[in-house]
Amino acid sequence: MENLLSIITFLPGVAAAILALFLRGDDAAAGRNAKWVALIATTTTFLVSLFVLFQFDPSDTGFQFIEEYDWIFGLKYKMGVDGISVLLLILTTFLMPITVAACWTVEHRVKEYMIAFLMLETLMLGVFCALDLVLFYLFFEAGLIPMFLIIGIWGGKDRIYAAFKFFLYTFLGSVLMLVAMIAMYVDAGTTDMVQLLNHTFSSETLTIAGFHIVGGFQTLLFLAFFASFAVKMPMWPVHTWLPDAHVQAPTAGSMVLAAVLLKMGGYGFLRFNLPMFPVAADHLSLFCLWLSAIAVVYTSFVALAQEDMKKLIAYWSVAHMGFVTMGIFAANQQGIDGAIFQMISHGLISGALFFCVGVIYDRMHTREIDAYGGLVIRMPAYALFFMYFTLANVGLPGTSGFVGEFLAMIGTFQVNTWVAAVAATGVILSPAYALWLYRRVIFGDLIKEALKSILDMDRRETAILIPLVIMTLYLGIYPAAVTDIIGPSVAAMVTNHDAAIEAARAAAQVVQN
Amino acid sequence: MTPADFTTALPEFVLAIFAMGALMAGVYTIKDGAASLILWATAALFVLLAAWIGVGGGGERAAFGGMFIDDPFARFAKVMILLSAAAVLVVSEDFMARRDLLRFEYPILVALAVLGMMVMVSSGDLILLYMGLELQSLALYVVAAIRRDHAKSTEAGLKYFVLGALSSGLLLYGASLTYGYAGTTQFAGILSTLGGEVPLGLLFGLVFLISGLAFKVSAAPFHMWTPDVYEGAPTPVTAFLATAPKVAAMALFARVMFDAFGAIPGDWGQVIAALAVASMFLGAIAAIGQRDIKRLMAYSSIAHMGFALIGLAAGTAVGVEAMLLYMAIYVAMNVGTFAFILSMERDGRAVTDIASLNMLSKTAPLQAMALLVLMFSLAGVPPMLGFFAKFSVLNAAVAADMSWLAIAGVIASVIGAFYYLRIVFYMYFGKEVEALDTRMATVPWVMMVAMSAAMVLGVFSLFGIEGAAALAAQTLVR
Repeated sequence: MENLLSIITFLPGVAAAILALFLRGDDAAAGRNAKWVALIATTTTFLVSLFVLFQFDPSDTGFQFIEEYDWIFGLKYKMGVDGISVLLLILTTFLMPITVAACWTVEHRVKEYMIAFLMLETLMLGVFCALDLVLFYLFFEAGLIPMFLIIGIWGGKDRIYAAFKFFLYTFLGSVLMLVAMIAMYVDAGTTDMVQLLNHTFSSETLTIAGFHIVGGFQTLLFLAFFASFAVKMPMWPVHTWLPDAHVQAPTAGSMVLAAVLLKMGGYGFLRFNLPMFPVAADHLSLFCLWLSAIAVVYTSFVALAQEDMKKLIAYWSVAHMGFVTMGIFAANQQGIDGAIFQMISHGLISGALFFCVGVIYDRMHTREIDAYGGLVIRMPAYALFFMYFTLANVGLPGTSGFVGEFLAMIGTFQVNTWVAAVAATGVILSPAYALWLYRRVIFGDLIKEALKSILDMDRRETAILIPLVIMTLYLGIYPAAVTDIIGPSVAAMVTNHDAAIEAARAAAQVVQN
Repeated sequence: MTPADFTTALPEFVLAIFAMGALMAGVYTIKDGAASLILWATAALFVLLAAWIGVGGGGERAAFGGMFIDDPFARFAKVMILLSAAAVLVVSEDFMARRDLLRFEYPILVALAVLGMMVMVSSGDLILLYMGLELQSLALYVVAAIRRDHAKSTEAGLKYFVLGALSSGLLLYGASLTYGYAGTTQFAGILSTLGGEVPLGLLFGLVFLISGLAFKVSAAPFHMWTPDVYEGAPTPVTAFLATAPKVAAMALFARVMFDAFGAIPGDWGQVIAALAVASMFLGAIAAIGQRDIKRLMAYSSIAHMGFALIGLAAGTAVGVEAMLLYMAIYVAMNVGTFAFILSMERDGRAVTDIASLNMLSKTAPLQAMALLVLMFSLAGVPPMLGFFAKFSVLNAAVAADMSWLAIAGVIASVIGAFYYLRIVFYMYFGKEVEALDTRMATVPWVMMVAMSAAMVLGVFSLFGIEGAAALAAQTLVR
């Protein structure tokens, strides 16, 4: 199959177009049809994407499944995946049927809801497949539109504030990246990312308005990309849009946001910042490492004080993303392996956790922690699942949460002991608030009147969580399933990165002598 | 006048004769009864002329001793002007007819304005430039005030006239200074005198010319007339003002800068860059407070002119190409948006308050979807074509070593995104209020859906527009 990646990417979009153009009516039957179309489309996409997984050759560190066509404005349409992106692609296609199943109870404007999610899937997949700067930016930015609508139309009470904040915050972050992309285009004469990966951008010290900029052009580009991805990720201190967006977004929206959209930031760092601007990344790595360590500790404390379950899990996500950025900017094999592993694992676990919150929110219509207590008495199955995912998220050995965190910390320890030590306190804080949350919601006496008639999870809800349980256990017990695929690409990237830094140092030496 | 002169300017002659003929026919025969017929005939003639100019003879020709230039640049601009004017004319028929505004003068005045614009973009001489500009402006003053019994429309016409006259004065003053120091009014002649030290008087002339032209493209700080005129004029006239005259003025701007002052791009580049920054930020910030969609679109067009000026400020062929593409995409977006705005009615009465769009997605899902696409395109969010328009001008700026201009541009575009988003917000997340009438006449509906579809489908292919724009830019910038 020649155009496998394009087929995967645009299949959900085509389904969305079919829904938009051909599904008439606004009644319950039309809504049910829309859900089935979406479920079938996302499942098919997942099945087709398995071809990519099975045909992928991990020993080849270059890009595979490459497609290239001419496009408007003299640009190229180019797609391809390597070891870094392929699993994020699979993660997305795997999670989308689950997400669609999770919105089965939605009854308000179902058709539009499904269209928004299908469009979103196309755009998310495009981000991981695009090998052209402008194509990447197009998918990266366009994802804001469906998410803006999802939060704004189907969100909670303060959804409008959250939708605007989400859109404008991330839009501001990424327009600077656009200017940087154009500057790269002008400098290298191409927008092809494969060629840009081999292009060396100037790293001679520049002086702008009296400021000496070490790393020169590379540093400026690095910072522009950093602004975009750090907001998307989100890193401390530009994370403030995330809790608002999460709290207001509907359950399925939160699942996609936490599970996939945040990973675009990490993917961006790995695709652009580290390999394309190695000298700048080297200069700024300590800064990024400390930001990550602060994120881990600071957001853990913030999470302790939360009253709203979703907000708590949102801050928890920021803390986990701190481990990801830490691993990335450690820039060694373990660190980056750990970062990618953590992204995949967090995608599975945070999706599940937001769904768990959605389960009781559907029943009680509140996310206040204080409104619950003693759920284990009425909902034993729910208590079991929630327990499993809570422990997985705090990094219990045997679950996937442990592997990523551990690898990222090993990687960081080799670079900077202090950062690793500070971040390790997060490993202690995270169970503290997680288990406290669990105790307040699940254990205790069942004294709340409203909870006395609450029902346990039904078959649909169980069926949604079981694949996630299986995957997190599988990856926790056999992490090589992931590291075998990402390992060679990461190793090649680290080698190139170190070589580029060495070359820049040698060049600087020559200038000095 | 030699036969060659005549054939070079033949499309203009045809249009002029048609306008005169239609005027005679209108006055001496059935008057307003034929208005609809004249309107469609004018629109058809526009399309025919556009096809003729677009497909017809290549190369560069000059007529009337270099006063009139016919080159790919002029042809590209003319096709844009003619097509957008035709689109606005056919869209406006229903609106004008139902308000008793469909007088036979309306299409004729539009035809005369378009004639002026065609002369503007073809001018190779300051005198012809002024003639074309005044022909266009005078026709526009009258159409802006076509609703004689309506205070706001009259006010719009008068305000437009007074400020337009002022700008013409500035332009003329600049032209006379230029003539005084260069010794000629022909662009080619002016260009040849620009060797070595440029006399201060000539620079003054240049600045006054730029000021006059900035008035016409409504670039800040010469934008004051725009919101009032947009608000007061009947909506179809507003749609017309927002499209064809902007293209003509922008093309004329480029023509004067490159043909007459192409040897000193550094001198005018800085001035235009300042105009661009001021326009982008003013358009983005001032629109936030607007509740009237026509005023909002006025500020939006000020901001868009700022972006288009970035391409001009770059002073390169890539920049001019980007500017032309920007204008083409801008015109398409505005035609689509105004097709919707002039159909906004509640109980048969026109409304322009943006709050009246509340929950449009419930009552008219397709219209809301089309407007959503247009709004995101105007905001420059990918994957709509509006993003590629911005991308191309920013690219030109960075390539010309004006990265600061590109950075200012993207920041302004984020600020501007807010008010486009607010329209989407009203349509999709607003409160349930008394809904707009969902009725939309066929032609505006088709135009709106077609334009928003073009914003999405254009991402796959632009049907060779880029090539034509590149050719046009190369003939202008040598």
